[in-house]
Amino acid sequence: MYFTLAWRNIWRNKRRTFITVGSISFAVFIAVVMQSMQKGSYARMVDTAVSFYTGYIQVHKDGYWEEKILDNIMPLDEGQISQIEGVDHVKLVFPRLESFALASKEMNSKGVVVLGIDPDKENQLTNLKSKIAHGQYLQPNDDGALISEGLAEYLELGVGDTLVLIGQGYHGVNAAGKFLVQGVLDIPSPEMNSGTVYLPLQRAQWFYGAEGLISGYVIDVQEQNMVPGVTAELQTLFDSEIYEVMDWPTMLPDLVQSIELDYVSGLVMLIILYFIISFGILGTFIMMTNERSYEFGVMTAIGTQKLRLVLIMFLEILMLAALSVVVGSLLAMPLVLYFNANPIVMTGETANMYEKFGVEPIIPFAKDPMIFIHHAAVVFIVSVLLSVYPVVSILNLKIIKALKS
Amino acid sequence: MSVISIKEVSKIYNPDKIPVKAVDKVDLEIEKGEFTAIVGPSGSGKSTFLNIVGGLDNPSSGAVVIDGVDISTFKESALIDFRLNNIGFVFQSYNLIPVLSSLENVEFIMLMQKIPKEQRHARAIELLKEVGLEKHLDRKPSELSGGQQQRVAVARALASRPKFILADEPTANLDSHSTENLMGMMADINKKEEATFLFATHDQRVIDKARRVVTLEDGRIVKDEKR
Repeated sequence: MYFTLAWRNIWRNKRRTFITVGSISFAVFIAVVMQSMQKGSYARMVDTAVSFYTGYIQVHKDGYWEEKILDNIMPLDEGQISQIEGVDHVKLVFPRLESFALASKEMNSKGVVVLGIDPDKENQLTNLKSKIAHGQYLQPNDDGALISEGLAEYLELGVGDTLVLIGQGYHGVNAAGKFLVQGVLDIPSPEMNSGTVYLPLQRAQWFYGAEGLISGYVIDVQEQNMVPGVTAELQTLFDSEIYEVMDWPTMLPDLVQSIELDYVSGLVMLIILYFIISFGILGTFIMMTNERSYEFGVMTAIGTQKLRLVLIMFLEILMLAALSVVVGSLLAMPLVLYFNANPIVMTGETANMYEKFGVEPIIPFAKDPMIFIHHAAVVFIVSVLLSVYPVVSILNLKIIKALKS
Repeated sequence: MSVISIKEVSKIYNPDKIPVKAVDKVDLEIEKGEFTAIVGPSGSGKSTFLNIVGGLDNPSSGAVVIDGVDISTFKESALIDFRLNNIGFVFQSYNLIPVLSSLENVEFIMLMQKIPKEQRHARAIELLKEVGLEKHLDRKPSELSGGQQQRVAVARALASRPKFILADEPTANLDSHSTENLMGMMADINKKEEATFLFATHDQRVIDKARRVVTLEDGRIVKDEKR
């Protein structure tokens, strides 16, 4: 009967209940839509950044990421690749050899990053083939190189020209080689575009005198949210004293920081929204309590313990909060699902800017159920905190005064 | 033994500033089955006296003994439980829970007494039959007349099987016909169930039905007439 009583009580003043539920639902709706959009765009940013170069997870020799030198590289082991491929949700594994060299042509030279890659697998993650501006993409047994457009312009190199690379190889040996420029890449990242050279893995190993050695394995997973699980499993497979298993947040701290910064600014907006709505909720609770002080007096007079009155009032508050959360979530859900399937397409200069950085100019919404759960929890917590007013009022109720009110 | 035994009860408001004696050393014994009216002009202390007898207020001095138990020193929570199990209340403005039906209003008291659902349901129906409202079990207070609401209030007051029923101006908002019906019904219950009734009233029609009339003036009993 307490539930019945509480449910009927909240409908005693239908208009007020509609206004209260409406305002809380609105806050939930705005909060869910805003966060779905934010989280969707973050996921997109991460996908783009990860598929651009790092992959979701990498395995290196311990200490490589801190000091990216050839002395910190490790042997390529097909058995390890098979082990990694055997982990659930792993989509793709491939080796990479990464180091530095001086690229030159005639009197010009420039420091560059040299990446030894498995052309097919690298393309599956980074879609490198699509970035060819001139010439042809690499095949595993090719002898040539792909160079970034910025480097090509700086050294005045074109397809069919010879690129000279000089550097330090494995264990201090001299590294020098001539490579036919097989293709020029238009890389969206300005930093990479200014000086990157791609070689087939075996050619890079030959150049650095590092036959059979690699910097590490690059790993792609099926879904972004599977990264923690796959990372944890890989950490059990690789001895942490010899290897380091790194996920994308560890490898891309700047990206994590910029996402966190943006998230916090969104959060501040939500806090302000909830703060304003809280005053509305408090107003309702004050009215719900004060207009019934006579009734509470009567109920106490006939033998209702104050804690029972508190229970009834608390049930009313929880019901109001639950109703608001359900209505707000039901309003937000179709919108979130629609924009998850049909992301907002950006146009004009914003779209151009996104495309310039190799990011598709769309904002998909995230359909993460935790977003709904978080905001439901926020509304419940706010309601419970605000229920202190009616609870204290009921506990301090003076029967005689209430009966005279 | 008396159901209600009031011994030298006083109630003084503002004892530290300008003391006002609302009830002044009152002694009163009410026996089981009495049908007593407390009368007196406005400001005579009737309501304060009734509040003290009903355990809604504590006396400044003296003892209020209900069925052998002195409740004048009880703490709030204990008083609430005592009222639930020993005293039935009928208020001037009916004071039913507006969102509950007649049946649920009567059952509510028994719910708090933790009486099993079937038993409280059966007793609530029986009591509402007794007050002539068996056809209005599912009606909310707003769907009942003033007289009918007061009948539900009487049924609710009887539901907990109290030692006595306190009625504060029960007919103040009723027309003559409803007053006649209500008082007749309460008199019948008083005879049939030997229920003890104590009224505070101005209403001559209620006073006429009473078998004992206690008159208060300036917080003191000035007349105690048994009929």
